[in-house]
Amino acid sequence: MSALTFTLKYRPDQRVDLSPLVCQNLEGKEIAEIAALELQSGKAKLRVDALFNISFGDAQNIVIKNSFGKLDFIGKKLNGGSIRVEGDAGAYLGMGMKSGSIRVTGNAGLYAACEMKKGTLQIDGDAGDFLGGALPGNKMGMKGGLILVKGNVGERAGDHMRRGTILIEGNAGDYCGSRMTAGTIAVMGQTGRYLGYAMRRGTLLLWSQPQLSASFNDCGAHTLGFLPMLFASFKSLNSRFADAAVGFNRVRRYAGDMAEAGRGEVLVKL
Amino acid sequence: MIINGVTIDATFAEAFPMKATRAIITAQNEKWAMISAQAMTGFATSVIACGCEAGIERVLDPSETPDGRPGVSIMIFAMGGKGLAKQLETRAGQCVLTSPTSALFAGIDGGKPIPLGKNLRYFGDGFQVSKVIGGKRYWRVPVMDGEFLAEATTGQVDAVGGGNFLVLAESQPQALAACEAAIDVMRKVPNVIMPFPGGVVRSGSKVGSKYKALGASTNDAFCPTLKGMTQTELSSEVESVMEIVIDGLTKEDIDKAMRVGMQAVCDLGAANGIKRISAGNYGGKLGPFHFHLQEIMA
Repeated sequence: MSALTFTLKYRPDQRVDLSPLVCQNLEGKEIAEIAALELQSGKAKLRVDALFNISFGDAQNIVIKNSFGKLDFIGKKLNGGSIRVEGDAGAYLGMGMKSGSIRVTGNAGLYAACEMKKGTLQIDGDAGDFLGGALPGNKMGMKGGLILVKGNVGERAGDHMRRGTILIEGNAGDYCGSRMTAGTIAVMGQTGRYLGYAMRRGTLLLWSQPQLSASFNDCGAHTLGFLPMLFASFKSLNSRFADAAVGFNRVRRYAGDMAEAGRGEVLVKL
Repeated sequence: MIINGVTIDATFAEAFPMKATRAIITAQNEKWAMISAQAMTGFATSVIACGCEAGIERVLDPSETPDGRPGVSIMIFAMGGKGLAKQLETRAGQCVLTSPTSALFAGIDGGKPIPLGKNLRYFGDGFQVSKVIGGKRYWRVPVMDGEFLAEATTGQVDAVGGGNFLVLAESQPQALAACEAAIDVMRKVPNVIMPFPGGVVRSGSKVGSKYKALGASTNDAFCPTLKGMTQTELSSEVESVMEIVIDGLTKEDIDKAMRVGMQAVCDLGAANGIKRISAGNYGGKLGPFHFHLQEIMA
């Protein structure tokens, strides 16, 4: 059965909340029911068929075509199934997703995968600030799952992150891994200032030497046995992380943030 | 039944339900993985006094281990889950955590999860680090040679313990040579261990004793020096008896190990002094698993 496809007809001026278009919500619905669903756009409500041409298909396999950066909340609380976004995604992509997979062929906005619980999110372009972070005022960011970003990410990636893995092939902005409680963030490119600011636990795995604040202490060079296992677990990904040649087990270990619990670590490839 | 001049007794080995687990020990090289595995499976010949029965299942190629280093697969059997978990943890803590360059991984994915590194992590005194890789939790415990990496849990499964057969020979060297030949091939069978020293036990026991404090005592019916003073099972030409005990994950695993082991003994045959193969049982009253020798060799 082919995918349930939503092709955007035009680009509305106001942002649109696409959270109703998740697999578990559309499963079992007829095309007329789906067409009649209403999407919040500013103060107005838009019928789905007013905004999209719908090609009926498997609700567990959703495709959004011609997507652009004002389509927010795509895949919110997704619980199984897959969503493919052709183009850019707006803010809150995959927010609180519980399982399943989302792939965006373009860029994603703020708070992508914020408070994500499980599943896989792949962004082929760049991601905005607070990737995998916590919503403002909340204390728990991403709690599980895997995020892969092929481009660059904004500031505060992994803010308040508790579990899970964020893989960034490009660069990360300032405050990467800030207030992390646990989990792993790997950055192949450069990292910005205030890396791991106030992190309590967790691992920041870097290919390039970062600019570290004074509250990170050098623990020396080490060969760590868990790293080959970690890289091996990326083998099935469509990513540079899957390339055996990019893996390593020899690192310099910095512990921090000593201004916090100080049980976190920054591992830099040697 | 007679094979190559060796009589296969019309009897059966009687085995019991046990709980089992498997762990994989890796190290910088096979030598140190084996040292750690030998320590972990030491003093674990019989549940009668050791608390568990343990043994090395096989050596693992680096391509077979989770961290890509040389490794050894060990199995531990106990009468109950609590005892198994305690033995596993104690042995892992004293014999693997302490062993240079070692790491410890689950050898059984299914079954009931029991702690492997889950509690050993507290040795890290708060400096331990958890990592979830591929859905499995591992603990990185800082130790003086670097980090001890241990998977949080391994699986506990129902198993079978106490499969056995007895090799009756004209002399002690001939009995031992036959048992060595059997062990060599039995070690190639997966999912089984032969927990006694070198896989062979020379002090088979019967249930009970004339001494009240003892629950088991020498199997006098198979002791060659007692042929004239007890109700012996031995003919006049049998001068030595040795036993191979097998614990396995399933009855079929033990069947297979017994078959290849007994075949190796029979291959040596009467020409090498092997007279009979028999088995230990308790009349079928104690254990639900019966391994009939002639059926296995049919």
